[in-house]
Amino acid sequence: MKPPIFEYASPSTIAEAVSLLASRDGNAKVISGGQSLMPMLAFRLASPELLVDLKQLKDLNTIIIRDDGVRLGAKVRWCDIESDKRLDRSHPLLAEAIKHVAHYQVRNRGTVGGSLAHADPSAEMPGVTLTCDGLMTIVGSRGMRIEKASDFFIGPLTTSLEPDEIITEVHLPSWPADRRWAFREFARRKGDFAMAGVALFYDLDQENRAVDAHIGVIGVSDCPIRLTAAEAALNGNALTEETFSAVVAAAKGSIDPPSDIHASGAYRRALLGTLLGRGLHQSASRGETNASPI
Amino acid sequence: MQVQFELNGEAVITDVEPRTTLADCIRDGLRKTGTHVGCEHGVCGACTVLINGDAVRACLVLAVQVQGDKVVTIEGLSGDELSPLQVAFRKHHALQCGFCTPGFITTAHALLTNEPNVNEERVRDVLSGNLCRCTGYIPIVEAVLDARIHYARGEE
Ligand SMILES: Cc1cc2nc3c(=O)[nH]c(=O)nc-3n(C[C@H](O)[C@H](O)[C@H](O)COP(=O)(O)OP(=O)(O)OC[C@H]3O[C@@H](n4cnc5c(N)ncnc54)[C@H](O)[C@@H]3O)c2cc1C
Ligand code: FES
Ligand code: FES
Repeated sequence: MKPPIFEYASPSTIAEAVSLLASRDGNAKVISGGQSLMPMLAFRLASPELLVDLKQLKDLNTIIIRDDGVRLGAKVRWCDIESDKRLDRSHPLLAEAIKHVAHYQVRNRGTVGGSLAHADPSAEMPGVTLTCDGLMTIVGSRGMRIEKASDFFIGPLTTSLEPDEIITEVHLPSWPADRRWAFREFARRKGDFAMAGVALFYDLDQENRAVDAHIGVIGVSDCPIRLTAAEAALNGNALTEETFSAVVAAAKGSIDPPSDIHASGAYRRALLGTLLGRGLHQSASRGETNASPI
Repeated sequence: MQVQFELNGEAVITDVEPRTTLADCIRDGLRKTGTHVGCEHGVCGACTVLINGDAVRACLVLAVQVQGDKVVTIEGLSGDELSPLQVAFRKHHALQCGFCTPGFITTAHALLTNEPNVNEERVRDVLSGNLCRCTGYIPIVEAVLDARIHYARGEE
């Protein structure tokens, strides 16, 4: 279908963009890559009065890597992440997860900020941001705020963003070189939205037991979630079959995935268990080259 | 709203409603009907064009968003002679009805321009965003692999 009628503005500063958004009582919307919003408009699932394009805003498309982690500007595209080889070391989980987002042409336009704001329950970037304790920088009429991912994702396509707010940056805290991690998802076709997916990481203590476990899942709930019961089953334990089975059991017990045309809830639960089990095994052998010899 | 951009090397100025997609602007307004429209919501890839060299879906871009940009459609990729990709598509029977072909050729052109040494896995990965209901894809992949050599030498 054709999009509904709206007005269009392409401001050149963030302040101007915010005041345009604030001028319409919640009926103005940001457009960035348009790769989620344009389909929503075509289906008439969204009908804003005004679209505020981020195209001309400067400084939002850089990837900054420092000791305290990785900062992605809101306009960083999937293809920018894919081609930045520094990320393979600075944030391998991000680099791996983003390989699964959409197809070539969509990757040339879709952005980090758009994905976070759109908050699809199956989207990779929200899942990675939540799993990694990411922080979003958000600018609106009332100034700037930093929001934790855990407070940001509220429900399906729902976040804590106010109508006049723009995400400018997401910060993923630093990544130790010998961290154990995995990202696993399953979709019928590569590039399609995942039926279920898991991002996980942990570090090892002196006795090679897992500590600081982070396990986040996508596609099995209203929004990305952390599986605290599964994390507890991993923390403090050696990387053995028994531990991994207990982690998988805890994970499966703590989710209640929805059924839809793509998969039933029961299938999604089983799938998540399989993906998590594989991810745990893969993570155990990762980072070994950097680990201190036993 | 007025929008100015470069289409296949020529400057164009046109008046569009803000809600007009780039695909509709090119086809209906500017009468370049080589860009096909299949799904109108970003799934099929038939509408692929190049914006500043990147392959993108023209149904997911508003015409007003390409202000100042360089847009190339399938019409811009061949002159009087068949282009290397067109020759390869003909040789490998990489099309039947031809509906999907402009999208595949624009996508493959962008890919081979940026990565002339692509392997089959990468070609398959990139083409996975385009649907073809006729060929079964294998001849398309073969045609793209076959055309690589012309991009490696810099003849486009
Ligand atoms: C065929 C297809 C397959 C796809 N597959 C996947 C997939 O597998 N995984 C996946 O994660 N995504 C997928 N996507 C979606 C894609 O990744 C989008 O790029 C992304 O979800 C949105 O980014 P965008 O920049 O295009 O945002 P837009 O479409 O421009 O905007 C999306 C929403 O975010 C808001 N917004 C945008 N930028 C900001 C900002 N900086 N601050 C505040 N609000 C903002 C907009 O108002 C809108 O509500 C797919 C899309 C298509 C068409
Ligand atoms: S018409 Fe644009 S992707 Fe199908
Ligand atoms: S040739 Fe008919 S859809 Fe591809």
